[in-house]
Amino acid sequence: MDDIDIQNIELQLLLQAIYLKYGYDFRNYAKASIKRRVQHRLSKDGLESISAMQKKVLYDVSFFETLLLDLSINVTEMFRDPKFYLALRKVVIPHLKKYPFLKIWHAGCSSGEEVYSMAIILKEEGLYDRTQIYATDMNEIVLKQAKDGIFNISRLKQYTANYQKAGGQESFSNYYTAHYDHAVMSKSLKENILFSDHNLATDGVFGEMNLIMCRNVLIYFNRDLQNRVLGLFSDSLPNDGILSLGSKESIRFSAFSNNFEDVVREEKIYRKINTDKLTK
Amino acid sequence: MNNIEFEAVVIGSSAGGIKALSSVLSALPSDFPLPIIIVQHLHPQSDSYLAKILESKCKLKVKQADEKETIADGMVYIAPPNYHLLIEDDRSFSLSIEGQVNFARPSVDVLFETAIYGYRDKIVAIILTGANHDGGVGVKKIKQNGGYIIVQTPESAEADAMPKAAIAATDVDKILPLEQIGSFLLQLVNSSIKKRFDKYNNRFSHTNPSFPLKN
Repeated sequence: MDDIDIQNIELQLLLQAIYLKYGYDFRNYAKASIKRRVQHRLSKDGLESISAMQKKVLYDVSFFETLLLDLSINVTEMFRDPKFYLALRKVVIPHLKKYPFLKIWHAGCSSGEEVYSMAIILKEEGLYDRTQIYATDMNEIVLKQAKDGIFNISRLKQYTANYQKAGGQESFSNYYTAHYDHAVMSKSLKENILFSDHNLATDGVFGEMNLIMCRNVLIYFNRDLQNRVLGLFSDSLPNDGILSLGSKESIRFSAFSNNFEDVVREEKIYRKINTDKLTK
Repeated sequence: MNNIEFEAVVIGSSAGGIKALSSVLSALPSDFPLPIIIVQHLHPQSDSYLAKILESKCKLKVKQADEKETIADGMVYIAPPNYHLLIEDDRSFSLSIEGQVNFARPSVDVLFETAIYGYRDKIVAIILTGANHDGGVGVKKIKQNGGYIIVQTPESAEADAMPKAAIAATDVDKILPLEQIGSFLLQLVNSSIKKRFDKYNNRFSHTNPSFPLKN
């Protein structure tokens, strides 16, 4: 057994300690990314080992909060992957127009950039007023940022370009007010968004949805946790409900592959199919 | 040449990298025994064309790495644009969109640091041409863990910042002009594979001197 094996044991113990003390469950996350970020926190703070970090996590809540931000990846942008949003607008929106009332769940919404992107599309397509959006994340700090809807103005140039590539026809500046170095998203976009705390690793289904957006979240989970979450999504969708994952994520190698069919294959947009028929 | 039985090759490149990667890969035979895992800095919205270009320049199979894919010997894997590529303990890939590292996503450092999780000291790491210092931290860590580092000579690189940063970061094992890197890699890996067979031979030579390979 070498140092790397010992560090692997220490990492398991650290994640167990975090779960037992704080209830955040990283035990079924893909390990490489977690380990790398723990090691960087270790050298940044001059801690001598992951075991030393474990002690600090247990006794120092503010240190835990720092580590929590390290461990939960909150990198996102508005209209990330414009091609996906173009497909959403062209293929999914016409499907959603059939319904008199819509529920959309953004699972793992982080600081909310993609939620506002959705809200903008719904406005432009005349669906916003009959939609309830649920935006959830396990991290209350980023959830607060999402609720505030205030983004750094330096990123707005890229967001505007993304919006246009995603089929946006309006002037993007209609949707925010510039305020010094920040852009405050328009209040009218927030009216039908409910921001709420939800942990995909530990919490359950909370309602039936017409569309679930969960993009670039599953890549951080191991297969077991991916299956748990996809099960949650499958249980939250009626037949014909839409699930969209990140462009490098797939339902095809999961336990729920047979519950879904492709809507736009290359953009990882799926439709739940009637599984009763399959078993007959 | 060395005492390690290598099990993976990792390569980092940036500006001028497509030409440099083609040069290295074209020197390798179709039965090259190890996986080759590459981070080449690309525009975030570029497609998967790099795998196609590289495959047309060499005898190996080249593909973009998929999330959770098990790494196979003899394959060349490219990090997808706009994602970091990581290697897990069980030698499968993970992807991540965590922020840019050294202004890059994918980042060479992220691949190299996590390659250690899956391959420990059994790594050959190669730094080719590039205009920033990505890869410096990664080669240092691979070297500390007993891996082998090859760097393109800054003079033969289209952009010399990345090779220079790697050379400054650690005591690298070999600095070579681009056109020699592929053939040197092949020789290095073959000698490491031969060691594995020698060890195997010696183990059985007590009971049956002719097993399993005849001289």
